[in-house]
Amino acid sequence: MYTIESGNVAAALGVKLAGAQVIAAYPITPQTPLTEKLSEFIESREMDAQYIPVESEHSALAVCIAASTAGARAFTATSANGLLYMHEQIHWAAGARLPLVMCVVNRGVGAPWTVWNDHQDSISQRDTGWIQMYVCDHQQIVDTVIKAFRLAEAVSIPVMVCYDGYLLSHTYMPFDIPDQKSVDGFLSPYRPEYALDPDKPANFNTVTLPDVRADIHGRMSHGYMEVRYLLQEDMRKAIDVAGDIEKRFKQIFGRGGEPYVESYRCEDAEFIAVSMGSLAYQLRDVVDMLRDEGYKVGIAAIRLYRPFPDQAIAKTLEKAKGVIVFEKALSYGYQGPLCADIQSALYAQSNGRKKRPSVYPYILGLGGREIKTGDLINAVRRVCTETSTDTPDTLGWIGLKI
Amino acid sequence: MGTRTCGHKISYSEPGPGDGGRTGSWRVLRPIINLDRCTPAKRNTKACFICWLCCPDGVISRSLPPTINYQYCKGCGICAEECPMNAIEMVEEVSLIKEEK
Ligand code: SF4
Ligand code: SF4
Repeated sequence: MYTIESGNVAAALGVKLAGAQVIAAYPITPQTPLTEKLSEFIESREMDAQYIPVESEHSALAVCIAASTAGARAFTATSANGLLYMHEQIHWAAGARLPLVMCVVNRGVGAPWTVWNDHQDSISQRDTGWIQMYVCDHQQIVDTVIKAFRLAEAVSIPVMVCYDGYLLSHTYMPFDIPDQKSVDGFLSPYRPEYALDPDKPANFNTVTLPDVRADIHGRMSHGYMEVRYLLQEDMRKAIDVAGDIEKRFKQIFGRGGEPYVESYRCEDAEFIAVSMGSLAYQLRDVVDMLRDEGYKVGIAAIRLYRPFPDQAIAKTLEKAKGVIVFEKALSYGYQGPLCADIQSALYAQSNGRKKRPSVYPYILGLGGREIKTGDLINAVRRVCTETSTDTPDTLGWIGLKI
Repeated sequence: MGTRTCGHKISYSEPGPGDGGRTGSWRVLRPIINLDRCTPAKRNTKACFICWLCCPDGVISRSLPPTINYQYCKGCGICAEECPMNAIEMVEEVSLIKEEK
């Protein structure tokens, strides 16, 4: 069924269709309408779930961790400083291998205070052991939330679904609401890998020692390092699992099919722009206009950021002369984290074989600074017309007024 | 890779004696029951056992007389605090070790 709604409502519909059983969230701009919608669904009994009000984001995630450990499908959502307030529990959820899903409605991080969009909040949680998926429009929000539950539960790793504050959360767009029966066919009921069971008492996530040690049956139980090694192994395996889930989703719902990189006019492109979130769709206009001018350009939207689908990304980009990375986040003191990851993927994949594309890093849109399509066209055109591609620019800033 | 036998993705254990390691090795104060004051010991009847009930590590026996398993007693002193007869004294391990020497 088609509807015209906001991105936050699209997310709430996804959570409802996925049959989340426990919701705990604390309101924060621009996530608030999402949790309001969920509480409405529960209040009106459209959704059979418990909404547990909490006094902070740290508690919100703690409640979800507890609910998931008790065997319930749990969901939370937040933005910016709220996400950072969860930080300790974010690591915990991953180490405890709980298949939670959280929407991060991307917003810049204070100080100075800002409520507008960039990606610094979720990117700063990159190394916590959560899967991170980024979406470009409303349809992808509702679909990705549903896929996220299936992925999280398949690999026992929590998933963040990240979408742009205001640009997606508060704008209205038409999208198809998947029907409940198809979703039920796609997503089977939650069967937790680790859940409390009074008939089989056990301790979860208790203190480990630097070395392995024998459990009460005399078997070797894993130490900290083994538990963390397995998280890394399963994270890498999650790349293929995400691919299979995407295929299945496409069979049932007839859309999607690009779990890692959503490419647009990249096949013969000499220069490829790369970005995440709604900016990738804005860049499609840029690509079309520059194609009309005769430049062979394309845009690759990174959909899965952790685990990093390095092979798929390198395959998309390796034939290009230049790669232009547009990023709304920064690893202060170096460069954009996505840019560093892309360089690393290109280096690893094409090592010793052939010339690698030059990579041009751009920072833009921090704290909601307007991203003008004209500025993007100029940036891409400048790279296309540069005579020597051997020496990429140093970090470029778009829209900076200093 | 070494032996990998437990097969769990998380730190997982079943409750059982010694699951948390030899917690007795942390102890700074050792609880010692003075049997002249302890009700069940004195009367030779199964009574009181408040220390047994309160010990968070379950290392006090419900026997006549009650005994403490010092391999796992971590020396928290809850038993001494709760004993209605003030029969349990917390003695510094250092002084006991010196004495033993
Ligand atoms: S609480 Fe005191 S009196 Fe009671 S059993 Fe223990 S040592 Fe004896
Ligand atoms: S209550 Fe504390 S001090 Fe007393 S026996 Fe138990 S662990 Fe030892």
